[in-house]
Amino acid sequence: LCDGGPLSDAEAKASSERDADGVVSRRALLKGLAGVAGLAVVPGGLLAACGSKSKAPSSGASSAASSTAAASGSASSSASTGQAAHLTCGYWDPNMNGPSQQIVAEFQKSHPNISVEMQQTPPAEYWTKLQTAVSAGGGPDIISMNGPNYQLYASNGVLAPLDDYIKRDHVDLSPFSQGLRDVYKYKNAYYAMPFNFATIGLWYNKQLFDAAGVKYPDENWTWDDLKQAAKKLTNKSKGVYGIPATSDPLYMPQEEYYNTIYQAGGYVISPDGTKSGFDDPKTIEGLKFWTDLQAMGVSPTYQQMLDTNPSAMFISGKVAMFYGGPWRATQWAKANLSHVDVTQLPKGTAQSRTCIHGTAFAINAHSKHKDEAWEVIKSFSSKAGEEAWGATGILIPAYNGTQDAWLKSLPQYNLKAYIDELPAALPYPVSRNTAVWQKDAETILSQAWAGKVDITTAAKQLAAKMNDDLAKEK
Amino acid sequence: MVLGLGVFYLWPVVRTAYFSFTKWGAFGGSTWIGFGNYRNLFHDHEVLQSLRNTAVYTLIVLLAVPIAMIVAAMLNQRGLRGVSAYRVFYFLPVVTIPAAVAIVWRLLYNGDYGPINYVLSLVGIKGPYWLSSPTFALIAISIVGIWMVLGQQIIIFLAGLQAIPQDLHEAASIDGAGPVRRFVSVTMPLLTPSIFFVTVLSVIGTFQMFDLMYVMIDPNNPAIAQTRTIVYLFYERGFIENDRGYAAAIAFLLFGIIMLLTLVQFRLQKRWVHYV
Repeated sequence: LCDGGPLSDAEAKASSERDADGVVSRRALLKGLAGVAGLAVVPGGLLAACGSKSKAPSSGASSAASSTAAASGSASSSASTGQAAHLTCGYWDPNMNGPSQQIVAEFQKSHPNISVEMQQTPPAEYWTKLQTAVSAGGGPDIISMNGPNYQLYASNGVLAPLDDYIKRDHVDLSPFSQGLRDVYKYKNAYYAMPFNFATIGLWYNKQLFDAAGVKYPDENWTWDDLKQAAKKLTNKSKGVYGIPATSDPLYMPQEEYYNTIYQAGGYVISPDGTKSGFDDPKTIEGLKFWTDLQAMGVSPTYQQMLDTNPSAMFISGKVAMFYGGPWRATQWAKANLSHVDVTQLPKGTAQSRTCIHGTAFAINAHSKHKDEAWEVIKSFSSKAGEEAWGATGILIPAYNGTQDAWLKSLPQYNLKAYIDELPAALPYPVSRNTAVWQKDAETILSQAWAGKVDITTAAKQLAAKMNDDLAKEK
Repeated sequence: MVLGLGVFYLWPVVRTAYFSFTKWGAFGGSTWIGFGNYRNLFHDHEVLQSLRNTAVYTLIVLLAVPIAMIVAAMLNQRGLRGVSAYRVFYFLPVVTIPAAVAIVWRLLYNGDYGPINYVLSLVGIKGPYWLSSPTFALIAISIVGIWMVLGQQIIIFLAGLQAIPQDLHEAASIDGAGPVRRFVSVTMPLLTPSIFFVTVLSVIGTFQMFDLMYVMIDPNNPAIAQTRTIVYLFYERGFIENDRGYAAAIAFLLFGIIMLLTLVQFRLQKRWVHYV
């Protein structure tokens, strides 16, 4: 979605290759690596940095803008300087394409001097492209952030600090749940505004429960209830299992063991981000929850699930229960599943039932229009803004009390379970280089899920590796 | 042309060489660390394991060379009808996007519902979970690798075969040589330049394998250690872990290995390649 098309891209590339500072080097390196290794893998889009496209307004336009702004009584800071600002906003979720246009149009009614161009990049390329663009001093003015990447960007001075803005405009963050605020707090400062959230719920197939004569799960269920039910629901001769003992895709701990670790009172990373929790006995309890299900034979084997993903099994009625995020509601609705419903996750020994994660909007530190960008993200995360986003039905707004529209978007499911879990939800674990130890967790734990290594051994091995990784972050 | 080559190829190579001696942060900013990256390479068991996997993959995919030669010889028979249709048929995999190929093969290899295991079950064999079994995963990927390169090699061999003068075959026939003898004593020696060319290209190509592995093996696959290729490791280190200086060193190691292997092949060719 780079403005200007291929020609200006090529120009931009050629001119920056000629520069002699760090900007070039990064691009040159990428290209060099690609050349040397002969890779067809580095996508072309990666090298095509979408620069910040702030345009200086013509004098006529700016005076017109400022007069309109004055007329509409806008308090935006740019109104006072009389500058019209063209902002770009990068994000990855294709579901936002249509709805974001309406919301931006609405925003522009009250801020005629700010225009916002929404730029979607496919999720698989979003982070690589953003990193390249930002390293070259470009990138969109407003950046969609997620937990695993947040500290990497915040700690490298790529995101503009927001605390002064928050203080200046008396923005109240308390309507956002504590867990979500914790994800986006880095060294006691905010570099992003919370936007939406996801907790995890227990989905179940009523037909399979009825057939097995098992009572539907509710918010009072414990781990034992789940295990007993899973045993009764499993009917191997029909190829039906109680619950898949993994997430979907299989490397998404958010839908899997992060929840059970918190339910058992364990932790993944210490609050100061320096120590792994994987060797904590309680954490290991949380991991064992899943290997126990496998040992009981109430789940398909890990290898089966590598070949046929668990959500497909849930849709085809091969598994009776499923730990799933709110996005599953849309997925099941699209597959016409009217005989499934959702409730809170079963309780372990601890208070918390689930891990919370959500996306946020941040301001590019290179942006020439930070003040205007702040107006945009403040509006997106305001009560009215969140209500408008929620009404589109594509996400759960993070602002407490604005979720009604979302609840009504799929009335056939008990979506309230996701919101009821909020108060005790614990933050999605992140550090400065989250991706490194997440990768180690995938690799090492997969040996345990596949039954090749005992889970306690794997967890301890992972803790040692993760502690090494964390030490290198310093 | 020179400018293009310089700006887009040579200069980046020089920069890569430079960066392989640095430690590099996620957003640029490099510090010189001398041979640090290279020293770590030799203590990194994942590097050694990946090199081993890559070498095994390369050796298995080299089996495509004799297969391609036999198929090409069959296609080159006089009076065979529909040669161009066969050619298109064999060449199709070459022009198909590797990612698409990999996705289709993933389905074929599915342990519970895949056609391969279904066919095996008909003869009473319970097929393994091909792609998540440390024993079979690399072999499974190699088979796809062979399937993908076959077409190109057949085309090259066909061209090579057609360049062999017909009178040599006729002379051999008159001397009483049967078809097998003619293939071994006339066709093979005269085809050696093509064999050499195909082998060199194949080794260079397979040492850089990434896409099949990337699509067919998920990061949480228990067989990842047994299938990770050196370029996949480069990708992990450079683009997932943001350790780009180290990734540059891996790229240079690969560059060195490929250059060495190619040099050795060029040296050895004098012993077995016959130019007409």
